[in-house]
Amino acid sequence: MAYIVDRRLNSKNKSLVNRERFLKRYQKQIRRAVSDAVSRRNITDMEQGESITIPKRDISEPGFRHGQGGKRSIVHTGNKEFVEGDRIQRPPGGAGGGSGSGQASADGEGMEDFVFQISQEEFLEYLFEDLALPNMVKRQLLSTDSFDYHRAGVSEVGNPAQINIVRSMRSAQGRRIALRGKERRRRREVLAALEALEQAGDSPETEAQRSLLKAELTHLNVKIHAIPWLDDFDLKYNLKVKVPKPSPKAVMFCVMDVSGSMTQDIKDTAKRFFFLLYLFLKKNYEKIEVVFIRHHTQAQEVDENTFFYARETGGTVVSSALNLMGDIIEEHYSPSQWNIYVAQASDGDNWHEDNQRCHDALISNILPFVQYYTYIEIGDRDPQGLWYLYEHLQRDFMDRFAIQRVRNNAEIYPVFRELFKRHTCEELD
Amino acid sequence: MTEHNPEKDYPEKQYISTSSEWTFATIEAYEREIARIAHDKFKLDTYPNQIEMIRSDQMMDAYASIGMPVFYNHWSYGKHFVDTEQKYSRGRMGLAYEIVINSNPCIAYLMEENTMTMQALVIAHACYGHNSFFKGNYLFRTWTDAEAIIDYLMFAKKYISQCEERYGVEQVELLLDSCHALMNYGVDRYKRPAPISAAEEQNRQKERELYIQQHINDLWRTLPHRGREREEEKAVHNFPEDPQENLLYFIEKNSPSLEIWQREIIRIVRKVAQYFYPQRQTQVMNEGWATFWHYTILNEMYDEGLVNEGFMMEFLTSHTNVVMQPGFDSPYYSGINPYALGFAMMTDIRRICENPTEEDKHWFPDMAGSDWLTTLDHVMRNYRDESFILQFMSPKIIRDFHFFALEDDDRKNTIDVTAIHNDEGYRRVRETLSMQYNLSQQEPDIQIFRVNLRGDRSLTLQHVLNERRPLNDEVNEMLRHVYRLWGYDVHLHSVEPTGRTVRSYHLVGEHQN
Repeated sequence: MAYIVDRRLNSKNKSLVNRERFLKRYQKQIRRAVSDAVSRRNITDMEQGESITIPKRDISEPGFRHGQGGKRSIVHTGNKEFVEGDRIQRPPGGAGGGSGSGQASADGEGMEDFVFQISQEEFLEYLFEDLALPNMVKRQLLSTDSFDYHRAGVSEVGNPAQINIVRSMRSAQGRRIALRGKERRRRREVLAALEALEQAGDSPETEAQRSLLKAELTHLNVKIHAIPWLDDFDLKYNLKVKVPKPSPKAVMFCVMDVSGSMTQDIKDTAKRFFFLLYLFLKKNYEKIEVVFIRHHTQAQEVDENTFFYARETGGTVVSSALNLMGDIIEEHYSPSQWNIYVAQASDGDNWHEDNQRCHDALISNILPFVQYYTYIEIGDRDPQGLWYLYEHLQRDFMDRFAIQRVRNNAEIYPVFRELFKRHTCEELD
Repeated sequence: MTEHNPEKDYPEKQYISTSSEWTFATIEAYEREIARIAHDKFKLDTYPNQIEMIRSDQMMDAYASIGMPVFYNHWSYGKHFVDTEQKYSRGRMGLAYEIVINSNPCIAYLMEENTMTMQALVIAHACYGHNSFFKGNYLFRTWTDAEAIIDYLMFAKKYISQCEERYGVEQVELLLDSCHALMNYGVDRYKRPAPISAAEEQNRQKERELYIQQHINDLWRTLPHRGREREEEKAVHNFPEDPQENLLYFIEKNSPSLEIWQREIIRIVRKVAQYFYPQRQTQVMNEGWATFWHYTILNEMYDEGLVNEGFMMEFLTSHTNVVMQPGFDSPYYSGINPYALGFAMMTDIRRICENPTEEDKHWFPDMAGSDWLTTLDHVMRNYRDESFILQFMSPKIIRDFHFFALEDDDRKNTIDVTAIHNDEGYRRVRETLSMQYNLSQQEPDIQIFRVNLRGDRSLTLQHVLNERRPLNDEVNEMLRHVYRLWGYDVHLHSVEPTGRTVRSYHLVGEHQN
């Protein structure tokens, strides 16, 4: 009587299209929420999804509905003490606001905001929307140590494991049709003629004709069967080509000034910047190594904890860090195998005599080898010595050197976006 | 509900199953027994059933597309999905145990995580309760076509996705937004609709395109006709002749600015609205009917010794939750629970038939003592919520629910209690409650009043005030939607029944968008 159907194995995510359209429609709100989240969150939970809040009035679907006012009658349940003629004081906050609890639910679910969750992946997607890592093309082609196999059509040669059966059979069939067509047509004629002779009855004349036709038939059959079902040159193979795989490895250098002038607030801002860059790289590369270099008058390679939290004081000699970085690159991270990114944060102070040495170190040991070098100067003050030096350098290394100024946490994300803005669109314009 | 049949007094108890796990075999066995009881014993007339087992995430998908197995895409369904998913995953909301579709065969979705008891409950509730209601109730018989709906929705989905390919997702989305906003004003309340059929739709689409184009052109012809111009102008001066309640229909047929495909999409939304219109008018009855029957059928199964006490305990727990009605001062109160009211009234009608009191005999002289199956069947077939409550709500129900009526008049400082559950109040409570289920009372009465054919082509809507209740502030946005469909200025006048205009809204020209 009833059919019982098991649909549990049917495809899931039937609502995926609708969900995407919904997200697209409210992407402005989502972007804003993501951006707020960046300035609000701790570094450690930067990577989680985010709950997005959209004001009810933005999201409600309108209709012709009654507003407050006029006269309305409502029936409720659960009367305890009311009798006919009772007068109840209006709840404060306007007419009907409290009286129509039944009514209000018909208009939707009250005035709460609409809150929903986006996944971690979506969060990062929105976080780094329209951003791109510069100079990836160059390095992708350079790496020669890893390959991927891609399908590239069909070939006449190959190994048996890669036979393309459909193409081979199709080709064999075509060949058979082409080569046997004439004989088969003739055979049909001969068979028809034999049939006709059969009808005509026995006479010596027909007997002779019949044996003639039979001989031809045998001959034709031999010819037809001589054509092989599958011939060597029918065989087609799937062709695969080797494609160099983009180098999946990246190293990120975090360089920070820890001299006395760097307060904990400034360090915190720097940390957010480093973390954003780390997340962004992680989205693009399978494997990332992070090298932390901190410096005052001397530079040290340290672990993350020391980098962010240990206190040091002293003067500032930036070149010490740059030289150390140059050495580390030379020793461990050959530019032909690694994509090198540098993020430097500082309040801009540097010992005046040191600027020339920085310049030299950058030009000879660092900038030629890196994918992208970003420098942020944190603080409210006017640009400091380092800034002017870098501004000068930027002209020569436009494609891989970017500097920005940041005043506080809230500016980190916009500045980050500025640094990694996708440039292809502009070039196309 | 035990019938005292000597042979059945000590029945050989043969439970169909005793485990709470279900299998396809046990579901079939239960379904067979439920079908037998429903059809043979209680004479329920149903469409054939198609029961589909689904996972909870599929249930959420079904929720999002208003329960239909195929439906066109729109962001608002994504919103509902996100909302459901959020609430469900946070444990703030359980999913319904089933969704049932008014189609032939009647499709019911059952969730795989239900226990066997719940599956049996749901089969009785949906596949025999709702199903027989869909097949029997006059509104569904008149307004919906169970045979054709799935095919029609397939056609609609395909057509709309083709439009998206051809004219862009955004264009279609804007149009659907406007249509959805006016969806409740896309139904014929009085006129009987033509049955829908997907095949016919496709065949006649081309024809209709041609026809509409000619029709529109004729209406908006601007080339002057010498001589007869005056007369003609007079003839079309009052257009439409009578106010039109079906805004979407009127716009589809008469809007001067729409493309053919846009008219077709309006038509699709209209047809869907029309299909759901009976459901909106029979919530209490439909749920009450289905709840009454799952209760009655499962009890019968127990009486026949097909299910054990454990089954009944679990079933009764669920049933009690479903028909719970908190009072107005409870934090859980969110209006009257249609399951509770419907179930109580259906049960009460049976009681009045079987064991009428003096009061019942006075209030329901025809019904008291009649055959309960025949009476309930008659009720199910011929009423909707509004008339059902007006006709059949007994004083006992009003007392049981402690109903009371309030009047909230903004010209008074207080909210007045106008009736409670006593002799003077019964009728007034009943009338007020009945009104509450009258859709035309709940929705503002807005109709198309005038089209300025010879001038600026503006469209004038008229809102007839009901008890002085004004429109809420969404009205301006709504006018933008009407404007999008009409293409020229839109006016809306709120008018008192006496004809005095209380307030006017205008949406003029593109620059004000």
